[in-house]
Amino acid sequence: MGLIQIGRHDKDGELDIITTSLEKVVNWARKGSLWPMTFGLACCAIEMIAAVSSRYDMDRYGAGVFRASPRQSDLMIVAGTVCRRMAPVIRKIYDQMPEPKYVIAMGSCATSGNIYDSYSVVQGVDRFVPVDIYVPGCPPTPEALFDGILKLQERIMQKRVFVKQPEQVRV
Amino acid sequence: MSTLAQHIQREFPEGFVKAVEWRGDLTVTVRRESLHDVAGFLHDDPEMDFDYIVHVSSVDWPDDVERFEVVYEFYSIRKRHRIRLKTRVPESDCEVISLTDIWKGADFMEREVYDMMGIRFRNHPDLRRILMPDDYDEGYPLRKDFPLRGKGWRDTFEFLDEKVL
Repeated sequence: MGLIQIGRHDKDGELDIITTSLEKVVNWARKGSLWPMTFGLACCAIEMIAAVSSRYDMDRYGAGVFRASPRQSDLMIVAGTVCRRMAPVIRKIYDQMPEPKYVIAMGSCATSGNIYDSYSVVQGVDRFVPVDIYVPGCPPTPEALFDGILKLQERIMQKRVFVKQPEQVRV
Repeated sequence: MSTLAQHIQREFPEGFVKAVEWRGDLTVTVRRESLHDVAGFLHDDPEMDFDYIVHVSSVDWPDDVERFEVVYEFYSIRKRHRIRLKTRVPESDCEVISLTDIWKGADFMEREVYDMMGIRFRNHPDLRRILMPDDYDEGYPLRKDFPLRGKGWRDTFEFLDEKVL
């Protein structure tokens, strides 16, 4: 985080003052309280559930407060095969999430459609929502999902908050 | 031939086509015209007593004259026996009589057959697509001549006003 320690408390030697940039504090707060939106569509959802429950405990990374409403969440984990008929629903829910918002495509199906090269399966959720992190696996283990979340946290720390973001690449 | 099949043949000598028993599974093929009568007999006759409809499905045989095959599976909860009932329909007139008046549970399963294979069910109370959207117009996906990857529907996202990805 690039914190600079200025001094210690007189009595117990505890950390007293730190200086940092406001941008880093904002990013640090954002990365430490990712509220995910449950979007379990298939078997990947089971691994996502396992990642939240007691053995793996995703709450350790501040990302365990799963919300059933997009308006209270800022991370959408698309876990599972995305059928074309589900696509407008995912897009609508993505649009309802407040900024800043992030998307993790969990598993091969959400990333690329996997083996389901068929008339009804969207070949990757990035066809209609911007994806920040792709987690490979079929299904990914909870550890793999954690890796994706930690990578996303690293990415959040690099965001610029009070200056204009670079324009997204337009196709 | 099992007694069930003999019973059906005795009752419907005109409509009966053949009966096959393979590893304990009895399959009876009937003519389309007598399908509804045979089904009613299976449901009402105390010897048959098929009170539960397990599944309705369909098969596409693209090289045959009577191209499509509708397959019904019934089970008797009280008598604990099963039967599979098949009938064939040609592509030019792919319509069979709905069995929803005998088993209400046939409703959604017949809609699925209609959605995926395009076989219509006469007298069905609500024959609409069930898995695909109502305005889907690429045809019937489970037919053998339907392209595996569809005809572009899966890659068109009309709800995106611009491509920003």
